[in-house]
Amino acid sequence: MSEERQIQLEVLRYNPETDSQPRYQTYTVPCVNEWVVLDALNYVKENLDPTLSYRWSCHMAVCGSCGYMINGEPKLGCKAFIHEYGDHIRVEPLANFPIERDLVTVVEDFIAKLASVKPYLIPKEDKPISAGEFKQTPAELKKFKQYTLCINCMLCYAACPQYGLVPEFLGPAAISMAHRYNQDSRDGGRDQRQEVIATDEGVWECSFVGACSEVCPKHVDPAGALQQVKVASTIDWYKEHLMPWVKK
Amino acid sequence: MSRKPYIREVSKTSWFLSQPRYKRYMAREVTCIFIFAFTFLLICALGSLAKGPEAFQSFLHALRSPLGVLLNLAALVATIYHSMSWFDVTPQAMPIQRGEEFVPGNVIVGAHYGAWAVVSLIILIWGI
Repeated sequence: MSEERQIQLEVLRYNPETDSQPRYQTYTVPCVNEWVVLDALNYVKENLDPTLSYRWSCHMAVCGSCGYMINGEPKLGCKAFIHEYGDHIRVEPLANFPIERDLVTVVEDFIAKLASVKPYLIPKEDKPISAGEFKQTPAELKKFKQYTLCINCMLCYAACPQYGLVPEFLGPAAISMAHRYNQDSRDGGRDQRQEVIATDEGVWECSFVGACSEVCPKHVDPAGALQQVKVASTIDWYKEHLMPWVKK
Repeated sequence: MSRKPYIREVSKTSWFLSQPRYKRYMAREVTCIFIFAFTFLLICALGSLAKGPEAFQSFLHALRSPLGVLLNLAALVATIYHSMSWFDVTPQAMPIQRGEEFVPGNVIVGAHYGAWAVVSLIILIWGI
């Protein structure tokens, strides 16, 4: 049998209808070591305080909804095991995002940025369905597969000090997703995406702190993607200015 | 129901104190001050060389002062830390794919250290 223990779950609360600023509220939660922090939040919601608001869905690190700051670190609530923490756990909404209510953040900015990089295949040429599928070798797939694992959980934005200081920054996940499609042998949309990502607010705002990759729960390595975009954009610049006769 | 999102301000001057990884990043960034200082020193060396042998000798003499040695030592330590912190992240910035697989990161990092050693050796032999 699993051992039960009590933890103090300190949660940052904010009710936009009554509060002028957030405040901490502590709950005593009986839990077993196999629980994750999300289980503790669900216990509070079901047994102690039904007014607590937070996002979650799959409970298996796939949907990317349950990102919170857990003891100051961006984590998925469903991947943060109770046994990895002491008896006092502090849960706050993801850093660098406005708080909508309790642990729920305003994410419109990220959604708009993600959409702006055209995160979908833009085929090099239209071809009728009768012409068959776009084929790809295992090596061509491997080139970008790691970036397809992104679940848009936004932990990388919460970890990125640059995004916190310069909210215009396009940010790690959006640029990584652009890189994912740019690296895809079936795609022909790189020029369109470069207009968005190879800009001051795009990849050049990144100073390679590397925090995004350290906190990524899916090991996407957004920091790596951003540096690769910088290298490719620099090569573009040299080709354009020093060798205008060479086609990109 | 109207929305009233709460925005948490980020301190523009002390944000990097909140996390050890931010402090490590700032340590890497601060090394550039020493690298700038050393570059400035090299320009001063060229300037004194242009003025003639006496000026250059007195510049060399000044370099041997405790302050000159300290500055050089600090610049050396800062440059080594700066270089190592960048070598360590080269596999992320410059992945090399051979066939289906990627070249292991430690091979790419190792190649950088190897190149560094070779260049240092050439300069050392050339200098002697």
